[in-house]
Amino acid sequence: MIKQTVLSGLIVEKGTIFTLEELSHACGKPAEWILNLVEEGVIEPVKNDQQHWQFSGYCLRRVLIVQRLESDLGVNLAGAALALELLEEVETLRNKIALLEY
Amino acid sequence: MEYKDYYKIMGLQRNASKEEIKRAYRKLARKYHPDISKEPAAEANFKEVSEAYEVLRDPKKRATYDRLDPNLKSWQQADRDSSFEFSKGEFDDLHGGAFSDFFEAFFGHKDQHSDFNRSAQFNTRGSDHHAKVSINLEDAFFGATRSINLQTQEADSRGSIRAVNRTLNIKIPKGIKDGQQIRLSGQGSNGMGQGKKGDLYLEVHFNPHPLYRLEQQDLHMQLPVTPWEAALGATVKLPTPAGVVDLKISPGSNSGSKMRLKGRGIPSNPAGDIYVILSVVTPPATSESARKLYQEMEKIMAFNPRAKMGV
Repeated sequence: MIKQTVLSGLIVEKGTIFTLEELSHACGKPAEWILNLVEEGVIEPVKNDQQHWQFSGYCLRRVLIVQRLESDLGVNLAGAALALELLEEVETLRNKIALLEY
Repeated sequence: MEYKDYYKIMGLQRNASKEEIKRAYRKLARKYHPDISKEPAAEANFKEVSEAYEVLRDPKKRATYDRLDPNLKSWQQADRDSSFEFSKGEFDDLHGGAFSDFFEAFFGHKDQHSDFNRSAQFNTRGSDHHAKVSINLEDAFFGATRSINLQTQEADSRGSIRAVNRTLNIKIPKGIKDGQQIRLSGQGSNGMGQGKKGDLYLEVHFNPHPLYRLEQQDLHMQLPVTPWEAALGATVKLPTPAGVVDLKISPGSNSGSKMRLKGRGIPSNPAGDIYVILSVVTPPATSESARKLYQEMEKIMAFNPRAKMGV
């Protein structure tokens, strides 16, 4: 028997707001770990009154990448943060090349 | 079931030391990590390497593995390249996917660092899951439905863990961009006690398109035109993902001339644009009359495209 329910979700966008709890739950890491990322400058909260941290949907992707790099490659937070920046630069360059080679 | 040559996967001798195994893993993991490598096979390779390391790094598992005879007939004599082996058990999980049948047969389920056991008596929310889905550019224009396969480990009511395969039909919303995530509430793991179910995050990737290059919500494309269309101006047909449109080319255009079609890119909010770059294509001088025309042009239009080079 095949269930043919079609599920609809929401696109995580810049305007999507994540609480600290949601962000930490999404990557399976404790809230303190997310706060370390804030301290390291990897992500920036949109609202920061210590009690109610809020993050843009943009942060999700970055947090997940850092989490995977940390757990899979054994790099520390600073190293993962650096790798993330470099990866983003590579991505931009790849896009530029793709447009040029076109 | 196919025999997995974990040593070969890691590029190691069968007598490799613990240090060598770790070094090989770290090197290969960096090379194939799906966040780092853009090779299509990276993810499959990464999983294979992780599986190999999972066994070889553990002296007990390694000893069990070493006792298996690679030449056994019952491995169904499968001597293919490793990338092939992955095409069968393809799951869309990011990092959540199961290891091979071979692994499961000898070493059980992969340890997913699950939080099932932790605080089982409390009301905890189920964990969130992550998966990937590939779509075509057109899907972002019209919306689409994709079905994805997931393998997750679920705890039943008594807390024992088993692998569950499920297929979900998911609506791809119009206006989605490459790399964005779709959040599906309540499609993650079951919660404990009164805890809510976790969510499923689906990372969307666009398949490469023959005509368009993507930049966020904008599309870039090259449009071939004839020399007379470029020189005299013309209205030509332009294929866009949403249908064919008429594009006006101004007189005096050239290869590399860029035009912007506002709002014709991915219909997100705000909608993207299409950037068209002209590329002048000369017709071949294969017939006598065509050659004559070119010769006439040479005579009438004194033109040196290399004037700026000083030659």
